[in-house]
Amino acid sequence: MLRYLLSRLMTFLPTFFGVTLISFSFIRLLPGDPIVVMAGERGVSPERYQELVRQFGFDQPIWKQYLDYLGGVIQGDLGQSFVTKKPVWDEFFALFPATLELSICAMVFAVLLGLPAGVIAAVNRGKLFDRALMSSALVGYSMPIFWWALLLIIVFSGWLGWTPVSGRISLMYYFENPTGFMLWDALMSGQKGALGSAIQHLILPTIVLGTIPLAVIARQTRSAMLEVLSEDYIRTARAKGLSPLRINGLHALRNALIPVITVIGLMVGTLLAGAILTETIFSWPGIGKWMVDSIFRRDYPVVQGGLLLIAVMVMIVNLTVDVLYGLINPKIRKR
Amino acid sequence: MTDTVTTAPARPSWLKEFWYYFRENRGAVIGLWIFAAFVLVAIFAPVLAPHDPTQQYRDALLLPPFWQEGGRIEFALGTDAVGRDMLSRLLHGARYSFYVGIVVVAVAATGGIVIGLISGFAPKWLDTIIMRVMDIILAFPSLLLALVLVAILGPSLTNAMIAIAIVLQPHYVRLTRASVMSERSKEYVTAARVAGAGKLRLMFVTVLPNCLSPIIVQAALSFSTAILDAAALGFLGMGAQPPTPEWGTMLAEAREFILRAWWVVTWPGVAILITVLAINLMGDGLRDALDPKLKRS
Repeated sequence: MLRYLLSRLMTFLPTFFGVTLISFSFIRLLPGDPIVVMAGERGVSPERYQELVRQFGFDQPIWKQYLDYLGGVIQGDLGQSFVTKKPVWDEFFALFPATLELSICAMVFAVLLGLPAGVIAAVNRGKLFDRALMSSALVGYSMPIFWWALLLIIVFSGWLGWTPVSGRISLMYYFENPTGFMLWDALMSGQKGALGSAIQHLILPTIVLGTIPLAVIARQTRSAMLEVLSEDYIRTARAKGLSPLRINGLHALRNALIPVITVIGLMVGTLLAGAILTETIFSWPGIGKWMVDSIFRRDYPVVQGGLLLIAVMVMIVNLTVDVLYGLINPKIRKR
Repeated sequence: MTDTVTTAPARPSWLKEFWYYFRENRGAVIGLWIFAAFVLVAIFAPVLAPHDPTQQYRDALLLPPFWQEGGRIEFALGTDAVGRDMLSRLLHGARYSFYVGIVVVAVAATGGIVIGLISGFAPKWLDTIIMRVMDIILAFPSLLLALVLVAILGPSLTNAMIAIAIVLQPHYVRLTRASVMSERSKEYVTAARVAGAGKLRLMFVTVLPNCLSPIIVQAALSFSTAILDAAALGFLGMGAQPPTPEWGTMLAEAREFILRAWWVVTWPGVAILITVLAINLMGDGLRDALDPKLKRS
């Protein structure tokens, strides 16, 4: 196991340095003078220009710039936002809970619906439910989620008036020392109606962000279950006269879960890409919207830092999934 | 003379076998028909479209589809906020999506296959470097990386296509490399090598044709990913720029009218969904028909 862990780490480190190299090159690959580009129509005075050249280290040789950047990254210094002048690191972690909360809700939504749906479909293979479910899963998988979001807004916010269109909570609520997790903050504040408002704001974004994971999980669960259901030990369990619920739920599902969990773990990238669109549409103040806004504001230090943090996060999750997978399944470790 | 007659049917039978398995999957056949219709629309859009897609009819702003009150038959699916005919814009939009799909898949697949082949045949150190580089690209969520690349290159449809191709390319590299690895040690490859085949011949003539099945499936699936991502970039304002009738860009322009005019938001999305769904259905069928391991299992 230790050797497996080390070998995984050995592939993690070069990728990590590669990712830092890419985010480092980002500002320097911009066509033209990056400072002039970032200043845009705002313009920049000669003194400020010199100051920025020093701040970004553009007066240093390129290898020194990279080493300085890398040193900063390791100490959590990702530079400052060009617009708000705040450290990128602080901005990221102030907004991250919003994205995390939304992603967790989307994932819970996808697993709670997708897992049972996949199991029922596999058990009733070829029947109406199975076919209907697989068709809808394919539709969900092909869905342009930005359009899906607009449709849901038309129906649930426009026609029915059930849900708000944007934001995380009604403006009438205010919390002291928020954790950033709106559901928790609303619950702890004890203000009447706060939790309800937070939930209302969460529903549509959760559905939108959870749609593709839901489709993927349902499909994956079904095919994993089908594979397991044809195994000998399932036949044995049947022959012993165990109830179908026990066979499908306990014996089969437990073994079918491994590939499903892997897929869930690997979906973090998909979730973050989806968060970019979902947050933009619902004005959800998370890192997806933050990245898009920063690109439009040409706040490139933010884009650079955000890019790195997001990639590193995806890598850490993937590494964790790999390691857990190795823990569960010793055969993987041998490779 | 008779020899040529007896060997001739060999090729049709391969196609026939493929069609035999492909036809089994009814969804795939439906997908194929829809895709064919999509291609025809893309080609003949200027002929089919009743109006110019950028022509603004000032007397017909935000008209509903013809079956609703206030709709006019000459604008069958309604008009948008500046009086452009929705149907004509949608038909022309098919051209952009088709163009995006073709170009992105061609660029990503060609690059990916060549790099994958090199990686599969290269000495270990080069292989390791190539695969690490691919890992690095894959560490970024695809849409985010595409977005950032477009931010560097400048927002336009061409740059969006370049960005998407770069983001999709590692999948081809991994797939090609994996197939090459499993094919390389087989006897027919050794035989070709012993017969004196050079490295290039081994790569492209001997091994590559036997690795194509998974690559073709991947090509179909990334065709739909390319359309989706290009539309997403267009929606975010980083793809095709207005007044281009690209479906994602149309959705972005329609956003402020969503509660007043459902049709300007609905149609472009329906177009994207149907196209992507058809291609994904087709891709599933291709996989069943081309992958002998999954066949009849």
